[in-house]
Amino acid sequence: MTEPLVVFENVVKRFGNFEAVKQLNLNVHEGEFLALMGPSGCGKTTTLRMLAGLEEPSEGDIRLAGKSLVGVKPHERDTPMVWQSLALFPFLNARENVEFGLKMRGMDGVERKRKAFEWLERLGIGEFSERDVNSLSGGQRQRVALARALVTEPGILLLDEPLSALDANLVIRMQAVLTKLQRELGITFVYVTHSQSEAFAMADRVVIMSKGEISQIGTPRDIYRTPANRFVAEFVGRNNIFSGRVNKRGAIDTEAGTLHVDRKLPVGDFVSFVVAADLVAISLSKPKERNVIAAHLISEEFVGSMVTLFFEATGGTEIKVQAQERALEGILRTPGQLLYLSFNASSSHVLKY
Amino acid sequence: MKDDITTRWLLRIYTAVIFIFIFAPILASFVFSFNSDRFPTIPLGSFTWHWYVTAFSDSDVWSAAEVSILVALSSALLATAIGFSAAYTDHRYDFFGKKAFLVLALLPPTIPLVIFALATLGWLSIFGASGKVVSIIIAHTVLCVPFAMAVIRLRLNQMDPNLEPAAWNLGATEWMAMKSVVVPFTLPSIVAALCLTAAVSFDEFAVAWFVSGLNKTVPVIILEILTGNIDPQINAIGSVVFVVSISLVVIAQVLVMGRIKKPETV
Repeated sequence: MTEPLVVFENVVKRFGNFEAVKQLNLNVHEGEFLALMGPSGCGKTTTLRMLAGLEEPSEGDIRLAGKSLVGVKPHERDTPMVWQSLALFPFLNARENVEFGLKMRGMDGVERKRKAFEWLERLGIGEFSERDVNSLSGGQRQRVALARALVTEPGILLLDEPLSALDANLVIRMQAVLTKLQRELGITFVYVTHSQSEAFAMADRVVIMSKGEISQIGTPRDIYRTPANRFVAEFVGRNNIFSGRVNKRGAIDTEAGTLHVDRKLPVGDFVSFVVAADLVAISLSKPKERNVIAAHLISEEFVGSMVTLFFEATGGTEIKVQAQERALEGILRTPGQLLYLSFNASSSHVLKY
Repeated sequence: MKDDITTRWLLRIYTAVIFIFIFAPILASFVFSFNSDRFPTIPLGSFTWHWYVTAFSDSDVWSAAEVSILVALSSALLATAIGFSAAYTDHRYDFFGKKAFLVLALLPPTIPLVIFALATLGWLSIFGASGKVVSIIIAHTVLCVPFAMAVIRLRLNQMDPNLEPAAWNLGATEWMAMKSVVVPFTLPSIVAALCLTAAVSFDEFAVAWFVSGLNKTVPVIILEILTGNIDPQINAIGSVVFVVSISLVVIAQVLVMGRIKKPETV
């Protein structure tokens, strides 16, 4: 069995007394799109910078294609990065920016120019190749940055929140560009972001980090449906979290009422479980389900064809419900309206802690 | 509102008065350098190139000009090189005693010139390096480094901190990154620093007078002619010095200011 492309083994990174990354163990497989996600200060960027050689780990080992990277200078690694600030060279035009990596490798001028232009063409900005990078739009500069990182045909590409400076429209377009590129090239992408939608839209696997540690690794679906703990459930959002004590009949007494999950739990334990917002049903009259909560509608949020409704149940529990606009036809949606929310016991997921 | 307008006009007049106060003597000197009368009096005599011709046929003036140019070029190059290194050190590294380092590096212009000149003379004579052209170069370099450093630091502060790491990340060694990223980025400020330090050196009198020995610079020879008698040659030489210095300073200003206004990166 061959080793994964990238291996982090017991990696610790300290800045003075502060442990930015604690005992990190992580494998990145060849050809996968991996997203490192978490709130700011969770250690995701430090992890990426260690892979690029911009920070040295305080302890542990990082291996790329079986070779240890400890002590290897940034310029000796083939780990190009797309920066949050893009870090384009302002005194060079678009093509010269892309040529930079090739020039450092000693490629001759004509070949260099041809290759750089080829990549700019591939990213759809060939016509701007001789333009000053400061005169390009955000999306065009983004493409120059991508071309500059990919022109040397690396086996891995690091991306540090590359889309955070773009407006929402452009983010969606660039996501499509990135996923298409990654699939066509078949190389590994390691993508750092604090945006759940970016990570979930593009990544094969998502690593959720918190306070320098990995909270969960899984496919976007795993993380959404079965969050490992309360932190992940809250961070991912769009989840309803219920907490309460297990009663004698195995049901859970929460502030919103007695609810059932599809697992046997020790009587008397205090547990939390999540129900994804899109798995909650709404009805005008009380349905014949085991898990029913009566709640008042507070507000709604409309994005595209999806509606998110915010309810308040007894005891002040806030409940989110996500549904297709057309599925809600015939249901009164004035604020203050009392409606019945229900979910299947099998839709619940009990949190470990 | 009315107060505002009054204040604005008062400030304008005040500024104009200050400029007149500063530039009137220089302008006068410029005008009299073309005046045929020996004494600077009004009404003026006729237009003449006579004083320029006299000044530039004097071999002492020519050798002073040679020394001045040699000193200005050498100390500008040295001061800019050292100033660049100091500014880069400040930009790139954090170390114990960095504040003290910065204060020390920026100190020379705050020392009264006469004291600085005297100290330099004493110090250089210990090594037997006083009274030579190289003595003026050393003294002027020390004097000019802070100016060069300040100008280059300004530009380095505008550089995206990720720019250099981005170069390493693309396969550049630290030296290659210096050559192909840091230097091109700071080039306008390097040229500005060269102009500014050359102007400072070209103009400087006190230090040059103390340490130069027999190698007179232009400002030193001006004083020498002036102590002898009132000679309109001074106006001619002075005008040339002024035009050279102000051109260098203006070039420096344009290079530095032009870049600050234009937003860079992101």
